[in-house]
Amino acid sequence: MSGEGRAGRQRESTTHCPYCALQCSTVLSGERGGVAVRPSADFPVNRGGLCQKGWTAPSVLAAPDRLLTPLVRAADGTLAPAGWDEALDLVAGRLREIRARHGADAVAVFGGGGLTNEKAYTLGKFARVALGTSQIDYNGRFCMSSAAAATTAAFGLDRGLPFPVTDLDGADVILLAGANPAETMPPLMRHLEGADLVVIDPRRTRTAERAALHLRPAPGTDLALALGLLHLAVTEGLVDQEYVDTRTAGFDAAWEHCTAWWPERVEEVTGVPADELRTAVRMLGGARRAYVLTGRGAEQHSKGSDTVAAFVNLALALGLPGRDGSGFGTLTGQGNGQGGREMGQKADQLPGYRSLADPADRAHVAAVWGVDAKTLPGPGRSAYELLDALGTGAGPRALMVFGANPVVSAPRAAHVTERLRSLDLLVVADFVPSETAALADVVLPVAQWAEEEGTLTSLEGRVLRRRAHLTPPPGVRTDLEVLHALAVRLGQSAGGFPVRPREVFDELRRASAGARADYSGISYARLDAGEALHWPCPAGADGNGAGDGHPGTPRVFLDRFAHPDGRARFTPVDHRPPAREPDAAFPLYGTTGRVLAQYQSGAQTRRVPELVAAAPEVIVEMHPDTARRFGLAEGSMAEVGSVHGTTRARVRVTRAVRPDTVFVPFHFPGAGRANLFTGDALDPRSRMPEFKVSAVRVTPAGERP
Amino acid sequence: MTGVVIVGGGPAAHRLAALLARYGHPGGVSVVGAEPRPPYNRALLGSVLDGTLDADRLTLPALPAAVRQLTGVRVTAVDRARRAIRLDDGRELPYGVLVLATGARPRTPRVPGLQTQPGRLADGVRAVRTAADCRPLSEGPVVVVGGGIRGVETAWALSGTGQEVALVHPAGQLMERHLDMVAAALPAEWLAARGVALHLGRRAAEYTPGKVVLDDGQVLAAGTVLLCTGTVAESALARASGLEVRGGVVVDDLLRTGDPHIHAIGDCAEHAGTTGTTVLRAWEQAETLARNLTGRERPYAPERRVLRPRTPGRDMVVLPPAAPVRPDDTDATVSLLDRARGHHARLVLRGGRIHEGTVIGSPSAVAEVSRLYLRDEPVPADLLALLTGADGTYAGDGTPPDDTVVCHCNNVTRKALKDAWHRGAHDEAALARATRATTGCGGCTAAVRSLCTALEGATP
Repeated sequence: MSGEGRAGRQRESTTHCPYCALQCSTVLSGERGGVAVRPSADFPVNRGGLCQKGWTAPSVLAAPDRLLTPLVRAADGTLAPAGWDEALDLVAGRLREIRARHGADAVAVFGGGGLTNEKAYTLGKFARVALGTSQIDYNGRFCMSSAAAATTAAFGLDRGLPFPVTDLDGADVILLAGANPAETMPPLMRHLEGADLVVIDPRRTRTAERAALHLRPAPGTDLALALGLLHLAVTEGLVDQEYVDTRTAGFDAAWEHCTAWWPERVEEVTGVPADELRTAVRMLGGARRAYVLTGRGAEQHSKGSDTVAAFVNLALALGLPGRDGSGFGTLTGQGNGQGGREMGQKADQLPGYRSLADPADRAHVAAVWGVDAKTLPGPGRSAYELLDALGTGAGPRALMVFGANPVVSAPRAAHVTERLRSLDLLVVADFVPSETAALADVVLPVAQWAEEEGTLTSLEGRVLRRRAHLTPPPGVRTDLEVLHALAVRLGQSAGGFPVRPREVFDELRRASAGARADYSGISYARLDAGEALHWPCPAGADGNGAGDGHPGTPRVFLDRFAHPDGRARFTPVDHRPPAREPDAAFPLYGTTGRVLAQYQSGAQTRRVPELVAAAPEVIVEMHPDTARRFGLAEGSMAEVGSVHGTTRARVRVTRAVRPDTVFVPFHFPGAGRANLFTGDALDPRSRMPEFKVSAVRVTPAGERP
Repeated sequence: MTGVVIVGGGPAAHRLAALLARYGHPGGVSVVGAEPRPPYNRALLGSVLDGTLDADRLTLPALPAAVRQLTGVRVTAVDRARRAIRLDDGRELPYGVLVLATGARPRTPRVPGLQTQPGRLADGVRAVRTAADCRPLSEGPVVVVGGGIRGVETAWALSGTGQEVALVHPAGQLMERHLDMVAAALPAEWLAARGVALHLGRRAAEYTPGKVVLDDGQVLAAGTVLLCTGTVAESALARASGLEVRGGVVVDDLLRTGDPHIHAIGDCAEHAGTTGTTVLRAWEQAETLARNLTGRERPYAPERRVLRPRTPGRDMVVLPPAAPVRPDDTDATVSLLDRARGHHARLVLRGGRIHEGTVIGSPSAVAEVSRLYLRDEPVPADLLALLTGADGTYAGDGTPPDDTVVCHCNNVTRKALKDAWHRGAHDEAALARATRATTGCGGCTAAVRSLCTALEGATP
């Protein structure tokens, strides 16, 4: 391991993959243009494994269209190269102007779950302190918000997996609700080999193929399914009454909604045979060590937080959470999807999961930031609501985007694109010319994964060091340098926005001290010494995380849950249909998701030749009967339309989808954006959009010339 | 304005009150129930009787505090002129809108000895309508009277607990209103296999405590007699109030009786000549009425419903003929009988969709066919797979071609692996180094190993 070093002969750097929340450990070697990657054999999460995205990640460093200079929209409408000072002065000047004319909330910030902890932290601080705006949210809202809302309510704390990934190795049974790790985080499957899997997914995914039992509910019905499973847990006598009595509260109120969900009724609503529901509950309830894990399939709905709550209720009734060898968890998606949701780039949060609405939390963070708590803005709009308000009367007129590509990844994409176009000022920091960058007034080229230091917090709540193997190319700055330069131009002190990640980390340790996600006992020194530290990890009495510090908390809830009385909460929830059900005009369910060879909006992976070869273009998967019914053939072009818009995609006929459902991956740009047909329904608690179910029709489309 | 008063303490009344609160009904909402406990889910009483649920587990979610709940109170009269109801404790309650949700009561067959006086069942005889009816059974065998859906469910549930059960039914087959002879043989086999003594084509002729005498003279020992002989709409109050009653309280498409201030929903109501008999129907009517009373008026259009007897471990569904019933324009009847596996299915199709049908025995076929029928979706091309419950998606076919992807995580084809093998990568580790196969999820390790073995075998 080279630590932070770029020195030495035979130079190697141990770091982590740039993509998903599994954060496989990798070793980089070679120089720019010839960087090689290999998986670390000894990192417990990937154990020498890596998927094709990870193996080919160095290609992104050498992307031919890498952004190497700032770009400013010229009078003729094109994006033209500009110097850094010119670009930064322009941005700061316009921001100042817009703020002066329309108020601080006229400037908004949109962050990302792929940003390091240091960047996410600084971005939140930049918004609240340098811009003074309440209008900041991030793309993790589209990812983890439903699970976060539900598990915070249930356990008092949201850590995706409140236990190490390796605990899954010993499981007898694992229920995966709307999760497809075989295609979204393949090396995780190495930890699921010993268990019988119960997979809930409308599609027969590669994960479902590995399942002992595959339940195939119709899209939008997972909540009814979960209620039915709890119903059966009771009627089959599988409830762990002692656990319910001693470690939880609120069972009765949650159960009362389940009385209406007897298995045969659940079967009618979900399409899952009552018999299979019973088998699933018996498998889970009969196992000595069992886990319930949710993924985006259960979460990305206008009832996503209630759906997760229903699965938490099931896990609680069976006595799983907070027990060695069993548990409940959610599989976080983005690379820093966990850290990104704790560091204060979310509309209602301050670092460490502190709340913008809590006076004590505000006071603590304000003291660390050296500002008066009264100057901190309150909670702002959630991601979709923010995008939807851009350029409208009451909404922001300027937007700064870091680590996100909402033109592709936001729901109701055509509308969001139009909102972005209506802005007075759009600033995008990215390392490749993403679809969002293409709309920007100013594009700022920033460093990427193997060119920067920092930390990320993986799906198991372990804080990991990202290490620079290369220096950024000339002309490219780090996000921290960009935020520093802008903050100074906006009148902030240079010391308030450090550019060295280690300094930022030391500050975020103080900001998170005593909070739910407490990083104060973690330091670069401890991480570089190879310690495996899961938060919460409070500092010792000396406030110093080094040396014999707190060992971290691999398993969070073994003794108690994070509510004041130590008990987990059941949440009373009931089923409701999706915002829009199929009807005569839009007779099918349209669902969106991922393919193995692409990542998120595809801005990175669509620039890797091997991945493009594996998944070259947007497809629409449909059952052969569905293709026949709508006059479509394998390989032909189809239009997938909803009331919100239409996506063009190539037909792939497969029996892996239900005849009433079509599936479109969301990684592709332009007319192939799956989000052209997704809508604006939001979860009332988490503000999660309904990515997973739309009512659509499919029709033949001519080949474009 | 005076509020909505709902008479009844069951799931229909509960759902209506909850929805009126949710939809923001501006006036007060009161629920007047005769039973001493707050509303509970009657549909699950069978589970209490067979011991899988405690009676106190049936309580429905608490209604919002704004809803006034009166329990253990009977309504003795409706004063339509003054728009008020009278209660048996002497109180009077005015209403702006009155909703009758009084449900149904068990029908008692005319068998000497079952009743000690009209409306009063003899010792050892009960019907399962209220939680109080679910007290522990007496010692000795249970005689289930009635072989409809409820009778079959009850006999199945009790026999599963080891209880000795006999079932007496006047028709020559079970569930004759819903099943033909061929289909009905299957549930009969299920019950017989659990030791239920079936007495089909027989009537109970007389009951005396401890025994039932059949019309052919057989005597059945009976610790308990359970009446599963249907229900009658509880419509006495409506009748006494001068409202039209046929099979139930007659309502129009807005679920109104002849008095525009009085509505009826659930098992006590008769809409378009049909009295509802399931809780799902009652909830559907509660939903419609709640919308209509909160300004989102739309006529009641009964949704399709399946009859899905609850016989855990053995599955069947009956799909009633869909409206409009025009037998002449159906396009096909498909049937399947697999006696060995105990599967039976019969579907009548119209325009490639299910018009009516029955599926028995295959859990997945029951689920799949129910959903297609309920949502009026086209049946799949492979009807045999649908009806047998075979999963078409799982079918594999022989040796994979060379362009088959073996390692999906790294997009490695069989051909790429073969090529690497011929270049000298002769084991799993070498193939992993050469192609990256097996380095992702590890799921293809076995396939890669077996390919190695096959190639070794093929090489001299």
